[in-house]
Amino acid sequence: MKRLLSVITLLLPVIAFAAEYSKVQPDSSITFVSKQMSVPVAGVFKKFSGNIRINPAKPETGMANIEIDLASIDAGSMEANDEVKGQSWFDVAEYPRANFVSSSVKALGGGKFETAGKMTIKGKTIEVRAPFTLKEDRGLLNIDGAFTLKRLDFGIGSGLWSDTSVVADEVQIKFHVVLK
Amino acid sequence: MTRVLAYTRTAITLHWLMALLVFVTFPVGLVMHEMALSPNKLRMLSYHKWLGVTVFILVMMRLLWRASHKPAPLLATMPDWQRVAANAVHVLLYVLLFVIPLSGWLMSSAKGFQTVYLGLLPLPDLLSKDKVLGDALFALHEVLNITLLVLLVAHIAAAIKHQFVDHDGTLARMIPFLDRSSSK
Repeated sequence: MKRLLSVITLLLPVIAFAAEYSKVQPDSSITFVSKQMSVPVAGVFKKFSGNIRINPAKPETGMANIEIDLASIDAGSMEANDEVKGQSWFDVAEYPRANFVSSSVKALGGGKFETAGKMTIKGKTIEVRAPFTLKEDRGLLNIDGAFTLKRLDFGIGSGLWSDTSVVADEVQIKFHVVLK
Repeated sequence: MTRVLAYTRTAITLHWLMALLVFVTFPVGLVMHEMALSPNKLRMLSYHKWLGVTVFILVMMRLLWRASHKPAPLLATMPDWQRVAANAVHVLLYVLLFVIPLSGWLMSSAKGFQTVYLGLLPLPDLLSKDKVLGDALFALHEVLNITLLVLLVAHIAAAIKHQFVDHDGTLARMIPFLDRSSSK
């Protein structure tokens, strides 16, 4: 019995390690929906990298550090893509990447979780909260969530574009991260 | 001069409402297309789309009206070729006023920008985003509009010629006070 216990104790970290997911799969995506003249317009950041670790058995220990390549944006049209890389929007020449660093993960109940962390875009850092769900499927972990950012908090779309009756302040960010 | 048969008040109202809409929607479309991306361009794009939806609604009302009411007959004095030409232009104008907003709506969908009428009522996207299709529909929208412009010039020129050169009262059928003033 004692031997058995010690074997289990020895194995525990291995089991825990096996249950942790950390390899970001290529079908992960970060998309967003902005509203232009009340019209929802979908966009996507095609390139991002991240160091994400989460164990669905102990999500509270999960962490994420995600870097988004802002020049990889597709804002819905070629004209818009050129525009949003410019100074009054993301200013990608000066600030090529956006960054999210989690500080905590907590369970909300009902299979829902929430991560809090610091979002840095265009040199401004703001505390954000993003609810998400976890789903294990054939050796992969799907993390799906969405949250809303206010673009003007980061100075995204300044000058004439700060008129929120044309482009709404709220932008919905959706993430679908697949880990192995 | 014999008094000509005017259109009904409903037909006249629908006709001039349509004229007003087309004379606003068309230049808004031209101007917005030339504009560089800006908040004003996005406003103009939306106004153009709202106006276009209104044209579409109005043309359906006109077609329903026309289907259920006999229009005032053309003048008996008109030569046959003019009757044929007038009827052909009228039919084509109805077709274009129906097809042009439709092509704009489909173009918007194919370009990935939904149409939300007056910022309140989202119209369904009948096509999913497809750049090649979007560009093709843009070209179609453009060609149809040039055709509309040509036909409108002919339509207006003919009305003016009949009224002020032939003095046959054709324009008075759509502007009844012209008839009153000429019969005084």
